[in-house]
Amino acid sequence: MSRIHITTTVNGEAAEFLTDPRETLLDVLRNQLGLTGSKEGCGTGDCGACSVLLDGVLVSSCLVLGVEVQGKTVETIEGMATDGALHPLQRHFIEHAALQCGFCTPGILVAAKALLAQNDNPTETEIRYWLAGNLCRCTGYDKIVRAVQDAAAEMRGAA
Amino acid sequence: MPKDELKAGFRLVGTRPNRPDGLDKVTGRARYGADIVAANMLHAAVVRSPYAHARIKKIDASRALALEGVKAVVTRADFPTGLTGEDWNLQENTIAGDTALYDGHAVAAVAATSALVAQDAARLIEVEYEVLPHVTDVDAAMAPDAPVIRAGNADHSVPEGMHPNVVRYIDFGHGDIEAGFAAADLVREGTYKTEATHQGYIEPHACLGQLGADGRGEMWVCTQGHWYIRRMCAAVLGIEAANLRVTPSEIGGGFGGKTTIFMEPLALALSRKAGGRPVKLVMSRAEVLRATGPTASASMDVKIGMKKDGTITAGQVNFRMQGGAFFGMSPIAEALPCAFACYDIPNLMHEGYEVLANRPKAAAYRAPGSPMAAFAVESLLDEMCRELSLDPLQVRLKNAAKEGTKSSYGPTYNRIGLVETLEATMAHPNLSAPLGPNQGRGVAAGFWFNHGGETSVSLQIGEDGTVGVSVGTPDIGGSRASIALMVAETLGIEYEAVRVNVVETGSLGVNEPTHGSRATFASGKAAVEAAESAIKQMCARAAAEWGIDPEAVEWVDGAARPAGENAGKFPPLTIGEIGAKMGGTGGPISGHHESVPGGVGASFGVHVVDVEVDPETGKSTVLRYLVVQDAGRAIHPAYVEGQYQGGAAQGIGWALNEEYIYGADGRLQNPMFLDYRIPVASDLPMIDTVIVEVPNPGHPYGVRGVGETGIAPPLAAVANAVAAASGARLRTLPLSPPKVLAAIKAGQ
Amino acid sequence: MRYHAVGSFDEAVRISASATGVTRFLAGGTDVLVQLRAGIVQPDDIIDIKHVPGVKDITRRADGGWDIGAAVSGVELGAHAALCRDWPGVVEGMRLVGSTQVQGRATLTGNLCNGSPAADSVPGLMAAGATVSVTGPEGARVMAVADIPKSPGKTNLKPGEVITRVHLPPRGANGGDSYLRFIPRTEMDIAVVGCAVNLRIDGDTITEATVALGAVAPTVMLVPAAGAALVGSTLDDAALDALVIAARAACRPISDKRGTAEFRIEVAGVLARRAASIAYARAKGETA
Repeated sequence: MSRIHITTTVNGEAAEFLTDPRETLLDVLRNQLGLTGSKEGCGTGDCGACSVLLDGVLVSSCLVLGVEVQGKTVETIEGMATDGALHPLQRHFIEHAALQCGFCTPGILVAAKALLAQNDNPTETEIRYWLAGNLCRCTGYDKIVRAVQDAAAEMRGAA
Repeated sequence: MPKDELKAGFRLVGTRPNRPDGLDKVTGRARYGADIVAANMLHAAVVRSPYAHARIKKIDASRALALEGVKAVVTRADFPTGLTGEDWNLQENTIAGDTALYDGHAVAAVAATSALVAQDAARLIEVEYEVLPHVTDVDAAMAPDAPVIRAGNADHSVPEGMHPNVVRYIDFGHGDIEAGFAAADLVREGTYKTEATHQGYIEPHACLGQLGADGRGEMWVCTQGHWYIRRMCAAVLGIEAANLRVTPSEIGGGFGGKTTIFMEPLALALSRKAGGRPVKLVMSRAEVLRATGPTASASMDVKIGMKKDGTITAGQVNFRMQGGAFFGMSPIAEALPCAFACYDIPNLMHEGYEVLANRPKAAAYRAPGSPMAAFAVESLLDEMCRELSLDPLQVRLKNAAKEGTKSSYGPTYNRIGLVETLEATMAHPNLSAPLGPNQGRGVAAGFWFNHGGETSVSLQIGEDGTVGVSVGTPDIGGSRASIALMVAETLGIEYEAVRVNVVETGSLGVNEPTHGSRATFASGKAAVEAAESAIKQMCARAAAEWGIDPEAVEWVDGAARPAGENAGKFPPLTIGEIGAKMGGTGGPISGHHESVPGGVGASFGVHVVDVEVDPETGKSTVLRYLVVQDAGRAIHPAYVEGQYQGGAAQGIGWALNEEYIYGADGRLQNPMFLDYRIPVASDLPMIDTVIVEVPNPGHPYGVRGVGETGIAPPLAAVANAVAAASGARLRTLPLSPPKVLAAIKAGQ
Repeated sequence: MRYHAVGSFDEAVRISASATGVTRFLAGGTDVLVQLRAGIVQPDDIIDIKHVPGVKDITRRADGGWDIGAAVSGVELGAHAALCRDWPGVVEGMRLVGSTQVQGRATLTGNLCNGSPAADSVPGLMAAGATVSVTGPEGARVMAVADIPKSPGKTNLKPGEVITRVHLPPRGANGGDSYLRFIPRTEMDIAVVGCAVNLRIDGDTITEATVALGAVAPTVMLVPAAGAALVGSTLDDAALDALVIAARAACRPISDKRGTAEFRIEVAGVLARRAASIAYARAKGETA
């Protein structure tokens, strides 16, 4: 199987890799680029653990082929903290105990960041529906929703 | 939370600091099972039976082995023979012998230079099957004409004349059951059924195994208990336990389902056959649902006698459970004791049967057996309360077990907190929230034993006075934080000065997994003991320096101080000062503790749920949810609340939508999160919690364990609320809309 | 598997026509990649049409109707305010497909070509009278959306044919459409029943009505009798009762893991009534 050379931008840095066209973006991120923060929980777009931003749009990286990201920009959980400073969402997730096992956490943080980018004051219902594709089996979502609300409030105050 | 601190009267216990592993887990740095890599690593894939029951006539791997990049194929022929009991079960489930016993049963495995090549190779392995008759339903598996899954598996307990699929029978009770029913004003009975559900952890099973020809190996794996992995892999492969070093990764949820092995020996066997190269094996979601350990499905008869004032005079249950095609896997022995554990009932009779069926080998799932039992008993109690116009919480309070009550399963209760839990429930504002049309409120109580288990912990004083704690119970939901809080409290130092590490099998004595709600209880208790041991040594070092008797030294606020008549004679020696010079005062200071801790404290919970049912579609919406549970003491209240909320959410899923759906062909029809419908964020409201604290006298800080009780009440609580909202009383879960709508229509 | 990022639909058709193995067109990929992963499909050639100029465009035609490119995602559809004003039912059908993440990729065209009887975006398109432009080895043609589905997982597209654009008719005055589906959870499920209603009124009286049902037959289907039950009425109880009866009568569902046949028939009537009320309110300008 011939592999294809792809150049792309990941978390603001130039990246390149060789990929079998059957490999997903998630496979590439995890196995070629060593970015294992994006997780595979299902491989079928049902759990959201592999959420990344592709050209700024929230997608499941398990439903994108690695070859499709030629010339695009990808943002993963590894790029969320900037210059060592946690994003307010990351901080509030820790402070609210909004994670237990932590496996779904990267995907939820990436998804929540995408929500707040377009809606700085989401209601509880808006948060819940936006995150409906991010399964969490540990928390019952209560503390996750509260953490997103508090992070949003802090970010509005800081803006 | 100042309130928590005041209530507990401790400096740190009861506060809510950031968890020590939080930063790694919000930045993607934390390494879970599939994140581990090794140089020269191979990737594996598994060939699985598409049939529920089939004889394996031939396996031909020649085409797979001819594929470039394929390094090894293993079948059962690569494993030792002659295993017995649970070891045989584990081996047989890891890879089928003569017969595939369920849809998804592993038949062969292949290792190759990439995951894609391994998957291609798996498709090229040709297996010839002879399809056999199958059975998946528990009642059908007991019927006289049911296909026999394995003859001769029944133990001595099973009454003569039963089908060979019935492999265990349990009965116990106390009092005079017939006299109890005769004394009742109302006797009611019902039959209840629950389908199998899956723990639904989001992280699929994953491991990286390496095994050399010399029988020495290593494994990195996501697990709740790596000593179990070590023992089980060693048994299945015929190697020595001490030669296999097992390191746990971070774990992406387990809920009981990661307390055993499913595919780990395959990675090791492939590695051994591929010249010792490390082999990585990661399950797909479909493999997780088809071939790991869901819970049992259950069919349950309940009969209860009650006086007009709500006094329960007698209770009787007869439960049938299938836990897959293997002996000993159903939680029948746990379900029966849980049935009436909440109540003080003079006359009780329990009977239970375990049955084999062509389903995957069941594993533990959060309070195994208790949710099913509570569904049956708490549903019938609710019906009887309605019939007698009695308040369901008052009836539960009237019959509540308390200190000194002889429990339904034999032992007499020590100090327990069900009465306090019921009282706190009654005082909660959710009880007086107004209900609209098509809305109803349901309540239910639940119980879990909690558990001690084999535990080994060590604690090391650092040169700067910081403290390392090595524990063997993987941190699945904040136990590093709670153990650090207790150690810091005990040592009189800051929380941040304690680092709790989950260490590999070579570093400690044997530890049971993080199961049975035991991590904070047992590892916590052992860590406190280890800290006390270190304190004793530090006091001795100080005494030697001061030239006084060690008994004349006390440990206060992180420092040794001369006490009694020596008080004030020397300045205190802090833990940092002692640590800094310990090399010259006798060497390293560490404490350790090994035990099977006693003093386990049972816990009880009461849930209240408000549900709205759409009368035209049968769809239920959870409007409000309250969990009240006795924690003994909440070491880190935020993670205690998280356990309550998570248990409730899983129970709501079990009640409303989750189920294993088998086709007539015996194949699992919903091995995806698309159709195995766990609750999503928009399905749930905020989940209110009340932490009741009736300290467990058997733990230095009063801990009971909080992980499991929370999943026991929701099944019945939701069913009771749906009945109140719609008039439809369903005795079979899940309460899926087609079922509820049919029941509403039948009742009209 | 060979991956082709084509620059034109002609190129896509050329590759597909000359391919000897299994070929799949790739737009959002939210169905194709799932099938790939499950081993249901193992394409030899995968043809990515997202680089074709214009496939991300939503344009209003001179007649007031709309042309929607084959690679327009659910997010992009939902962000187009004017389109949402004209055809809220079409958009809400598409917006119900999958998660927020899936919405970032999934397309109307892909949902249609997947051939599922439960496809959420298809009833709305059918009820709206949408058509699609198709290009293939034998040239281009326009097909009604209602003529695309053939059977579960199959369409009436010929080998090598690809949908290049979706066309919605002009909304015109006093019209409204809506789509409702029933799922057991609040999100993330496949429709157990879906129903779209598109109607037009004159004063209070319905002058045109089209009803489409999903997941109650081997394909999404129009139910002419259900539409006829509404025409001439003011959506009074008698008309709604007739609608419910007609909708249920058209159902030929199966019982499966997602619901029983009886349940689907029953709920088809319930959704038809509810969807009609929403479409009627929209036609009257009472709700968005």
